[in-house]
Amino acid sequence: MIRLIKKADISQSQIMTIRIMAVFLSLFTAGVFILFLGHNPFSVYGSMMSGSFGSLYRLQETILKTIPLLITSLGIAVAFRMKFWNIGAEGQICMGAFCASFFALHFSELPSLILLPIMMVAGIVGGGVWALIPGVFKAYFGTNETLFTLMMNYIALKWITYLQYGPWKDPDALGFPKIKNFSESAILPNIFGIHIGWIIALLLVAIMHFFIHYTKKGYEITVVGESENTARYAGMDVKKVVLIGLLISGGLCGITGMIQASAISNTLSVEVSGGVGFTAIITTWLSGLSAPMIVLISFLFAILVQGGSFIQTAFQIPQSAAQMLQGVILFFVLGSEFFIQYQVIFPWNQYMQKEEN
Amino acid sequence: MALISFFAAAVVAGTPLLFATLGEILTEKSGNLNLGVEGMMLMGAVVGFQVGIMTQNPYLALIGAMGAGGLGAIIYGFLTITLRANQVVTGLSLTIFGAGFANYMGQKLIGQVVPESMKIFFRPVSLPVLGDIPYIGAIFFRQDPFVYLGYITAIVLGIYLYHTQYGLHVRVVGENPGAADASGVSVSMYKYIHCVVGGALCGLGGAYLSLVYVPAWQENVTAGRGWIAVALVIFAAWNPYKALIGACFFGGLDIVGFRLQAFDLKISQYIINMLPYIVTICVLIIASVRKSKEYGGPKGLGIPYFREER
Amino acid sequence: MNTNTLIKMENITKRFGTVLANKNINFSVKQGEIHALLGENGAGKSTLMNMLSGIYTPDSGSIFIRDQKVRLSSPRHAIAAGIGMIHQHFKLVEALSAKENVIAGEKKQFFLHSKKLSARIKEISQSFGLELDPDKKIYTMSVGEKQTVEILKVLYRGADILILDEPTAVLTAQETVQLFSILRKMKNAGCGVIIITHKLHEVMEVSDRVTVLRKGETVATVCTKETTPKALTDLMVGRSVDLSIQRIETTHKQSILEIKEVTVVDEEKVKVLNNVSFTLRTGEILGVAGVAGSGQKALCEAIAGLQKVNSGKIIYEEEDIVGKTPKEIIQKGISMSFIPEDRLGMGLVASMDMVDNLILKEYQNQKGFVLDRKPAQKKAEHLIHKLNIQTPGIHHPVRQLSGGNIQKVLLGREIDLNPRVLITVYPVRGLDVGSSYMIYDLLNEQKMLGVAILYVGEDLDVLLELCDRILVLCDGRVTGIVEAHSTNKEQLGFMMAGEEQWEQEVEVVD
Repeated sequence: MIRLIKKADISQSQIMTIRIMAVFLSLFTAGVFILFLGHNPFSVYGSMMSGSFGSLYRLQETILKTIPLLITSLGIAVAFRMKFWNIGAEGQICMGAFCASFFALHFSELPSLILLPIMMVAGIVGGGVWALIPGVFKAYFGTNETLFTLMMNYIALKWITYLQYGPWKDPDALGFPKIKNFSESAILPNIFGIHIGWIIALLLVAIMHFFIHYTKKGYEITVVGESENTARYAGMDVKKVVLIGLLISGGLCGITGMIQASAISNTLSVEVSGGVGFTAIITTWLSGLSAPMIVLISFLFAILVQGGSFIQTAFQIPQSAAQMLQGVILFFVLGSEFFIQYQVIFPWNQYMQKEEN
Repeated sequence: MALISFFAAAVVAGTPLLFATLGEILTEKSGNLNLGVEGMMLMGAVVGFQVGIMTQNPYLALIGAMGAGGLGAIIYGFLTITLRANQVVTGLSLTIFGAGFANYMGQKLIGQVVPESMKIFFRPVSLPVLGDIPYIGAIFFRQDPFVYLGYITAIVLGIYLYHTQYGLHVRVVGENPGAADASGVSVSMYKYIHCVVGGALCGLGGAYLSLVYVPAWQENVTAGRGWIAVALVIFAAWNPYKALIGACFFGGLDIVGFRLQAFDLKISQYIINMLPYIVTICVLIIASVRKSKEYGGPKGLGIPYFREER
Repeated sequence: MNTNTLIKMENITKRFGTVLANKNINFSVKQGEIHALLGENGAGKSTLMNMLSGIYTPDSGSIFIRDQKVRLSSPRHAIAAGIGMIHQHFKLVEALSAKENVIAGEKKQFFLHSKKLSARIKEISQSFGLELDPDKKIYTMSVGEKQTVEILKVLYRGADILILDEPTAVLTAQETVQLFSILRKMKNAGCGVIIITHKLHEVMEVSDRVTVLRKGETVATVCTKETTPKALTDLMVGRSVDLSIQRIETTHKQSILEIKEVTVVDEEKVKVLNNVSFTLRTGEILGVAGVAGSGQKALCEAIAGLQKVNSGKIIYEEEDIVGKTPKEIIQKGISMSFIPEDRLGMGLVASMDMVDNLILKEYQNQKGFVLDRKPAQKKAEHLIHKLNIQTPGIHHPVRQLSGGNIQKVLLGREIDLNPRVLITVYPVRGLDVGSSYMIYDLLNEQKMLGVAILYVGEDLDVLLELCDRILVLCDGRVTGIVEAHSTNKEQLGFMMAGEEQWEQEVEVVD
């Protein structure tokens, strides 16, 4: 009989080895698939890399795609740390963008130095409140947060659609359903050819890393996530901790919304989140909720996206192939977690099993 | 008359939702929270369409669609049941994979339309007797065969879940795998079978979109219907009969905004489009406030089962 | 009476990691008998029966059913062999009706014939004198009704070997009487019934034979008629061992914590604490004895503010602390080093290192926003040195430490808070002898400092030697508070089993 035992002890390097093996296995599997399509997998992978790094412009594009993933992942990580399965980042991004846009459109005459911080705060509030609503119901009634946050995404998306097609529609756009472009003062400035969002993102990585590991609130969030019983036993107010955590989680997603609206689309539109909220769930999960790892994983995902759009032109391999590749890599990495957590014992070495604890 | 044609159109719009919802109900009843419905629908949509164009055979097209949805579910099942991966993340990954798969396969299909022979097969048929009932007949029984298949699936699923021994086992597995195990029911087998059949139904829902509803290939043909189906499962309280009603209701909401434009209403159609989600949230909240043990969904949903951990 | 042997278990051994749960156990059940399996917590009763019901597989030894050697590798095999087990924690689906639960796992038919099924269930229930509405949902049922469903499930399958794990723990007196009458009917119908229990009067009342287990081994199998409760207690607890634990005499004992008529009702409306009153004094160790699940957890949690108290008062220095938050209670100097069954569930955060676990209770006293780990780091190093904690370093996750070291971290932290009242629950569970003595010394040290200690323990020998007084809990009630030096294991054993008549012979100090 094949038996499973939970592994008691596994070193960080073993974990990394298993994960890296999983990525290589998935690249191999996808490679076989590419070969089957009549392309050389090595040249396809190679051109994905050159599509992401081959020129300054391409590298900038890759970084532009990293920024929203990175900030959103930081936000989701806070919720996941509390075992609150927030899959509503998409909606939180939208609402952050909405609140920021409100000020961008209505106070466009303000100077950048005042308007941009206001927009940032508005974004935090918008995203934070959007996350807080399901949080309150979860804390007080135990309402299922996974599905609640999911539904909140659609409401937010429909809300933006409503604005775009209705009250905020630009009268000068000749009937085309779009919202008026932001004024110059509401657009984030560039530094080294990339909008200032990359600096904000790196700052946030440092801040969140510090917050989680070196502050009292961060400590409380970690304890609540590990064991609510322990938290209560230590005298923490679990509900309050959860709500604060969610405000931060949603607030970070709201920052993403503000940055995307301000720097990328220069206006508010339904595409402002563009699926980042969903992809970021995966990057967060893969990074093991660690802020520095989030930087790395978000960057790798941006390469997949950017490289994917490049192979479309280079090989006439549709961009969707890269999307599939993303899926395959995810499957392998998710599957590999099993070998990190469990030890499989086959009948022929039952008596050699490591003793538990 | 306008009202009747609206309701009839709502039934049609609800049919892809119905298949996907029924598939997800079956999946969730056995304790799997598979959020990859959208992905499985897309896989079914593209494979069904491709097979249909190649073979001109509607039956093969449907089998192909079910196979594709089922394949997606097998990936999900292997990862979550055998390897105990996190169900939420695996489901999201399946959605990404399925979308990529469909866009990739569909690259060459864009702009192609369903062959005439198949259009004829899927054209509305008035059922004898039932089709002649005033109002009801026009709304429900002068539809295409796919719609009827939806009704039948819902009823068969209802009978299966509530009136057969195996259906009972599904519910036990989803509610309390420990109890199922102690009663001698194979938890993994039940989870696998129902997750895969559920995936096949999602695939059918996708195929309805590409083969009948549109009927041509367009990128992202599901347009978020898979996610609505996940919401509908909650709305229907995991009950196939209620799913039938819910699908018509959500189908109606899907088209009502568009249809109401003709009436120059004060409320925007986009606000009306929020209704399904708001209603679903209300259902979630009510279920949690009442701490209902019957309507809150399977207790074992989302949790991998491991006998030795008990 | 038919004396054919239904079950024979020979030389059964089962090991969990390093713990030997069952060692060469021999056990048999005849047709038409009720066989009681008696033993203290951790004696290996449930493990043995789980092997019979296919949940565990024995490491060695053989099982015979009706003289046929069998391999029960899953519950399905056990069910097919006619074995039905009623677990202590019911295996029922709350959202389903009684009859749906009864037929779960059946494979005889495709459709559920609802009416026929109800009729059949009524028929079975009547023949055994049970009363049950087959359409009633489980979640609306009382505990007794739930048990009836479990029994019906076994009867419906026609099982002729019935195992009940602590069936009366959750039942009222009347329900127990009813259960026993059903068991007798089953016995008369030729079934073999195994009842796991630690309540002596029930053993005497209902069983034909008794097998006593102690520390994973069979001590004896005797006919109930030929034995007495006293003889059984002796078998169960064994002879007293001299452990030479120091009991320090202290002066200045003052009342500090007064528990007055405290009643706690849990979610299932069971009274887990029933009118409990006692006084805890400075400079003494008050032991709490009792079978697991007699209300120890609720008592400790009630004092720590984690458990809602339904009625009664908990007076700490002339102030009622019922209704205060855990934080307020911690700040008053009541410290609980609660060590639950899995050690890491409550007191410590498994994935965190020693430093982060040490600041768990005092970080709130720090000023500002940032967490200051420096004092905790010093403390961690100090504790490692003082308590001889074996760890690769202060930043190693506590999950990866051995049980004894985890316990030391937990107790070390609590003591470091300079509490006035210290509650410890099973502080030496899973520890080797040396580590255990270190814990006893630590507790004595605190006692000398004038701390009031509530010690919830399992080993009666330890309780007798370490504590000043011993409070015995049974089913949430206090069955006696005795001076440790003037009592013995037998007396405690009887009080733990809820034997009221012994209470009068005991000097109750309060």
